[in-house]
Amino acid sequence: MSGYFSEIYTGGKSLLIGLGVTFRAFIKPVVTVQYPREKIDVSPNIRGHIELIKCNDIEAKHDCRVCGMCAKNCPCNCIVVEGEKQEGVKGKVLTVFTVDFTKCSLCGLCVETCSRSALRFSNEYELAGFTREEFHFDLIKRLEEK
Amino acid sequence: MEQIIKFIQTYSLLRMLLAFCCLIGIIFANAIVMGYLERKIAARIQRRWGPMEVGLQGWLQMILDGVKILSKQLIVPKDANRFLFRLAPLLCFTPVAMVFVALPISRSLYGINLNIGLIYIIAMGSINVFSILIAGWSSNNKYSLFGAMRSVAQNIAYEVPILLSLLAVVLTTSTFDLQEIVKAQSGPIWFVLYPNLFVAFVIYLIAGCAETNRAPFDLPEAESELTAGYHTEYSGFAFGLFAIAEYGNLFIMASIATIMFLGGWNGPFGFLSGPVMGAIWFLSKVFILMLTMMWVRWTYPRVRFDQLMNLAWKYLIPFSLVNLLITALVVKII
Repeated sequence: MSGYFSEIYTGGKSLLIGLGVTFRAFIKPVVTVQYPREKIDVSPNIRGHIELIKCNDIEAKHDCRVCGMCAKNCPCNCIVVEGEKQEGVKGKVLTVFTVDFTKCSLCGLCVETCSRSALRFSNEYELAGFTREEFHFDLIKRLEEK
Repeated sequence: MEQIIKFIQTYSLLRMLLAFCCLIGIIFANAIVMGYLERKIAARIQRRWGPMEVGLQGWLQMILDGVKILSKQLIVPKDANRFLFRLAPLLCFTPVAMVFVALPISRSLYGINLNIGLIYIIAMGSINVFSILIAGWSSNNKYSLFGAMRSVAQNIAYEVPILLSLLAVVLTTSTFDLQEIVKAQSGPIWFVLYPNLFVAFVIYLIAGCAETNRAPFDLPEAESELTAGYHTEYSGFAFGLFAIAEYGNLFIMASIATIMFLGGWNGPFGFLSGPVMGAIWFLSKVFILMLTMMWVRWTYPRVRFDQLMNLAWKYLIPFSLVNLLITALVVKII
């Protein structure tokens, strides 16, 4: 019998406090976002697929010298880098840079080993498609489109 | 003369039919409105938006859900008792409709005025337990059966404090007639303002919450433990009837609280208690009570079974008994 009434008192009090908490939550603004219509900014550290960094603001130019370190280091073998010698240009010129995002594990070794710092993670997160081929990204084309 | 009597008879039959259609309409509309409000309030308490897609603020959502439920197949499990399985949702819904007949919504808006209205409503309300038991047992599913068993234990335990707390009001007014009970509160003081009847009101609200199987006392459904409890196996409109009956029961619970404690169709200080304004007062009181129930539902976690039983037998029943004794003494002395 001891504590019977004090239990009712403390219990009732805590129940009322609980009601107060939910009432305050009820009148506070909503925190969720109606996604397809409203979007919130993604974190800059998000790891999307890799992309070439634009080194020149005017034209779509990148800094890749076709050393192939990214393709060699890739544990998933999902990067293809090809280049060719061109007249009057020092070193090789990049002709093909594709990444098969269906295989990519986003480990980031390509970004880390790039000696020219020409690669980075994009912050592309709305990726959905009907075929695998839609995820074979051509990064040079992508850079030009940007 | 015969013709006139015949006309009145046909007229009254028509009137009954019309009233019945209105009644079913009210029950369905109540379920739709309350379902929508429930989802919106739950969402706002959890700081979400709730239904937003169809119609302004998603107000069409419940109607679309109703249409979806109507278009679904009624699946009867292979080893279920077919007859009882089909019977249970009807048995759940019919008493709700029958209770609505006896509710005095305003001075002149009611189905029937029974002089034992309160007893009738409580008797009809307890059929609900029966339907849940039948639904759970006939599904031939262990979760449904668990839900049904819990429900029976719960409703039997909580019917006692409900009856005792309502009896306190009956002692004060010495009538079971709901219209008379409302008229007894036509002065400035509603019954909830009497200290002893205020205790009865609180006990009634807690026990009523348990009686309508709503959270925090929703053990018969307990989706985290029993999938959906007694209506696990129900699909299509059979499930819809259970949901509609749940909101109907909530309405009944709130309207009995309004009639017995909050002055029914009386306005505050007897202000504007005519037939039309009375109905508005009544419905607004009922809706405020129902919204409070929702607020409670989305605040508290579900109680454990032993806590549920302790609350009924150790707290509510002793308190309502003592309260009844005090009320009897007060009535005897005054």
